[in-house]
Amino acid sequence: MDLQIALLLSQDGITNGAIYALLSLALVLVFAVTRVIFIPQGEFVAFGALTLASFQAGKTPGTLWLLVGAGVVVALLDITMALRSGASRRIPRIVGWNLVYPAAAAAVVFLLKPSEFPLLAQIVLALALVVPLGPMMYRLAYQPLAEASVLVLLIVSVAVHLALVGLGLLFFGAEGSRTPSFSDASFDLGLVTVNGQTLWVVGASLLLIVVLALFFERTIYGKALRATAMNRTGARLMGISTVMAGKLSFLLAALIGAFSGILIAPITTIYYDTGFLIGLKGFVGAIVGGLASYPIAAAGAILVGLLEAFSSFWASAFKEVIVFTLIIPVLVWRSLTTRHVEEDE
Amino acid sequence: MKLRKLVVAIAATCSAFVVHADITVGVTLSATGPAASLGIPEKNTIALLPTMIGGQKVNYIVLDDASDTTTAVKNVRKMISESKVDVIVGSTITPNSLAMIDVVAEAETPMISMAASARIVDPANPKTKWVFKTPQNDQQMAIAIAAHMADRGVKTVAFIGFNDAYGEGWHQEFIKYADTYKFKVVANERYSRADTSVTGQVLKIIAAKPDAVLIAGSGTPAALPQVTLKERGFAGKYYQTHGIANNDFLRVGGKNVEGTYLPAGPILVAAQLPDSNPIKKSALAYIAKYEAAHGKGSISTFGGHAWDAGLLLQNAVPTALKKAQPGTKEFRAALRDALEGTKDLVGVHGVFNMSPSDHLGYDQRARVMVTIDKGAWKLDK
Repeated sequence: MDLQIALLLSQDGITNGAIYALLSLALVLVFAVTRVIFIPQGEFVAFGALTLASFQAGKTPGTLWLLVGAGVVVALLDITMALRSGASRRIPRIVGWNLVYPAAAAAVVFLLKPSEFPLLAQIVLALALVVPLGPMMYRLAYQPLAEASVLVLLIVSVAVHLALVGLGLLFFGAEGSRTPSFSDASFDLGLVTVNGQTLWVVGASLLLIVVLALFFERTIYGKALRATAMNRTGARLMGISTVMAGKLSFLLAALIGAFSGILIAPITTIYYDTGFLIGLKGFVGAIVGGLASYPIAAAGAILVGLLEAFSSFWASAFKEVIVFTLIIPVLVWRSLTTRHVEEDE
Repeated sequence: MKLRKLVVAIAATCSAFVVHADITVGVTLSATGPAASLGIPEKNTIALLPTMIGGQKVNYIVLDDASDTTTAVKNVRKMISESKVDVIVGSTITPNSLAMIDVVAEAETPMISMAASARIVDPANPKTKWVFKTPQNDQQMAIAIAAHMADRGVKTVAFIGFNDAYGEGWHQEFIKYADTYKFKVVANERYSRADTSVTGQVLKIIAAKPDAVLIAGSGTPAALPQVTLKERGFAGKYYQTHGIANNDFLRVGGKNVEGTYLPAGPILVAAQLPDSNPIKKSALAYIAKYEAAHGKGSISTFGGHAWDAGLLLQNAVPTALKKAQPGTKEFRAALRDALEGTKDLVGVHGVFNMSPSDHLGYDQRARVMVTIDKGAWKLDK
């Protein structure tokens, strides 16, 4: 191996690592706030990318129907609950978010032609279809069980993941898709050529991380999420709605997932089930951070990306083995260095 | 004595019912899971098969095995014991088909597999007496590639394939011909279907400076190594396997897959075959039927294997019906014999001439070399 190959591999590893880092942040966020190990995280990657690809192919993405369907179910549940508890003034808001919004999205998709939109507008529309699925998923699958044990929530996650993979196959078919890259520019830096898309991925990931940091530090909602993550009961006593915190964290997780999918769709082919493996690698990163620390999780994810790139060069047949074996020394190290504290749930 | 007469009478009545029994075809295929892109066109094709053969009504029971071996075996057991099927069609992939052999041999039910490996009908295994298959063997395709390479002066080849049975099988099959056709395999890499990047493998291949690259993958995942190789400036020849022969591959690969060579069933380029080729008419008829039901451009060569299984049955069932009635052990045995006796049956992938030692029965007409030209499949002469 010479320097050029090492640099090319590093570039590749960092590009993938940036995506894993985003996903690991989302996983840490969701776990900290709701104690859910969010296995369906990867499905948002696939849904985001494939929804965008559907627009470009001039097809109606199946995620639109999922959004409309989930919206109707959520609206029925929430309206029933609101009527039972006599809080009928909440109804307009419920109807607005769960019925009017999906209907408006459907109108945009059907009346205007998304295949003729500029790329940026297509991306915004794809995000607008996929991201609201996050809070809806929380409402349907997790909110009724919010106080259950981590294990029960994990089992629900597996179920949601399987359901979404099945829907993905139904919506997008078994074959994959690619989308055109954001820019065709490439920069010659002596030994290596850097693609424009690589810079987009790394740049957008960094930007998103900075925005998230600002959100948690500066805004009232961000602080509410952090408070819920530290102590659910305490946060509730301070008037923070845990339901709101749960929905908000799922919204962010869906946004990060769908956005990651859109970022990597020009680099690789995305299938209905690609998301799971990408999410799993983000999860390895999150484990390195003990499902608690954002910076260590991000660093762990970059490490996974680099390890993957270099192991694919040296021993391509064993790449996944090497990447997932990383988890064992990390777990041993963590269990030796951290003292176990009984959680007060 | 009276009792015995009664029993005989009842038995006779029962067999009178059996006379009118329909033929039941049990199908298990991989319509979901990793092999879904193969299983879905097969499933669509089964729906187009005739519901009457030789004046007898045919019922198709179609189950999905999710590309999973255990489920495939379970499906077969269920269809044999509960639905009393006369013949099993499936499964889509090799591991499932291999696992099903024991079950059908035990129940003495003929089976027509739609998976590629030659081991499924290996004559050395007595149980494969009951097993037939319709897709070309990997071996036939590997020879075609090796010969094509030799004709074009390729001396060094790099191999990159799926890290599963498909890639492994191809590698084993392909290196066998290295001596005969005088080339050297200079790199052997693996990647997984769900990989988002193959940069590491590609850099290694480029460093080995081969004349040609053979990519052994199926469906759109086979496009990734080729696109990455193109991006990194590899200028040699590109070979793919018949696993990529569907239009989605062209869509995903775009201009990066121009000029690729691959062996394929003649159905892929049916319209370009000379009129003297008997397969042309048969293949065009199937394509017209499939596209009428599923839209233009929806055709995939994998569905053709299911159609060929249907053709085998349409050819064998009338012969078997003369010997026994559907639903009986005798009928299943007669059907097996009739399948084995298939002669000069023109399918959409080739011409079948079965024999006790060859339960596939293809000759050289079952494959052509194809290249990708201006985003379309073109017969390479």
